[in-house]
Amino acid sequence: MIEIENVSKTFTLHNQGSAVIPVMEGATLSVQPGECVALIGASGAGKSTLMRMIYGNYLAASGRIMVGGIDVAQAKPRDILALRRQTLGYVSQFLRVVPRVPTLEVVAEPLLLVGENRDSALARAGDLLTRLNIPERLWGLSPTTFSGGEQQRVNIARGFAHTYPALLLDEPTASLDAQNRDTVLSLVEEAKDRGAAIVGIFHDEAARQRVCNREIDVTGFTPVAA
Amino acid sequence: MTPLLQVRDISKFYGARLGCRDVGFDLYPGEVMGIVGESGSGKSTLLGCLAGQLAPDTGEVLFDTRGEGPRDTLTMSEPERRMLARTDWAFVHQHAREGLRMGVSAGGNVGERLMAVGARHYGDIRGQAIDWLDRVEISEDRVDDKPTAFSGGMQQRLQIARNLVTGPRLVFMDEPTGGLDVSVQARLLDLLRGLVREMGLSAIIVTHDLAVVRLLADRLMVMKDGHVVESGLTDQVLDDPQHGYTQLLVSSVLQV
Repeated sequence: MIEIENVSKTFTLHNQGSAVIPVMEGATLSVQPGECVALIGASGAGKSTLMRMIYGNYLAASGRIMVGGIDVAQAKPRDILALRRQTLGYVSQFLRVVPRVPTLEVVAEPLLLVGENRDSALARAGDLLTRLNIPERLWGLSPTTFSGGEQQRVNIARGFAHTYPALLLDEPTASLDAQNRDTVLSLVEEAKDRGAAIVGIFHDEAARQRVCNREIDVTGFTPVAA
Repeated sequence: MTPLLQVRDISKFYGARLGCRDVGFDLYPGEVMGIVGESGSGKSTLLGCLAGQLAPDTGEVLFDTRGEGPRDTLTMSEPERRMLARTDWAFVHQHAREGLRMGVSAGGNVGERLMAVGARHYGDIRGQAIDWLDRVEISEDRVDDKPTAFSGGMQQRLQIARNLVTGPRLVFMDEPTGGLDVSVQARLLDLLRGLVREMGLSAIIVTHDLAVVRLLADRLMVMKDGHVVESGLTDQVLDDPQHGYTQLLVSSVLQV
């Protein structure tokens, strides 16, 4: 489902003496449906960079990033947008929403975008929020005023609302209490059971043990200093 | 799928001075494209050329018309272009006063657009006007007030209602949130985003506010000195800018 081949990444800082910083080289990995692969490596090793390239948020300098038959490294914006709508979900560490939109709508939005009818989309959103312990009295409010932990759970609910065939998870269990952490890991297991291919970053080792089939150390993709 | 708008090699000079040069892109139905750049970068000139308000020196603007498929709006006759501007296009100006008739009531401002496309029944027109005022959160009891009695944010929302009432397919917006309070901006952004989604509109939004394009635009074009220096997915251009100017623009945003 996700096939990454020989991907490299450099940052060119035009306003800082045009410094060219190579950050990744030869990244290769493959994730089958129903499999969860953990990216590991020290902070700064490039876990998030690789994940952002898979999502098309960072441009790859070279290589192929095939997701559901589309090469994200080459695809037009319009094809990446369609891929993100239908196939590829991403749970980032931060929630970014339009002010004033109620939480229930924020969570239901990915479903509405793929043409789900409104009632069932809102029902699914409500189920997820309930499982993640966001009390119903908050559903009508914008999540911009919520605590950090609540925002993170809203973000997770949103990320799991549509049953994407491929999912990217950036620290989904960070700073959650034991019960919510358990719920998130169950959501990951359910996604695997329905055949989703998942790439995740989990600093929590026990979480990794529970849901991940394999680990890939991105330190192996660090460019060798010339 | 046929693009709603295909723009090819648009250049516009003001005498010897460059307005914009060799701009081209495709816009598909339902897509929202942002154009950012500092004052004088040519973004408003480009918007004017696309919307038929300025005549570019070179290039074509192919619009997928309902009847005859893609046609170059620059070479069509003035009456045809005016008809398109009334039915399929909308233009939201930065200053609401430019897009409103200040001497006519709020309901009249909205109703006038309906009459321009053939509506004649007074009750229907008033009903639709009230419905649209409600959608942009202007209460029914203000329908007979003139826009001069409205706040800046309300005038802007009225302008949006006036523009969208006829169900256009393409909306041009020039700094739609410029000069408004942040709280009013948030309300307007929420409103615009909802309308774009519900009506399946395509839109081109010119702004210098990166936060606005991040929330509204799928794609982004960055202009400097009349040229497009970078374009791509909005979040990619903002999070991994490739051109020196875009890097400068993104790193200059003050964090709140």
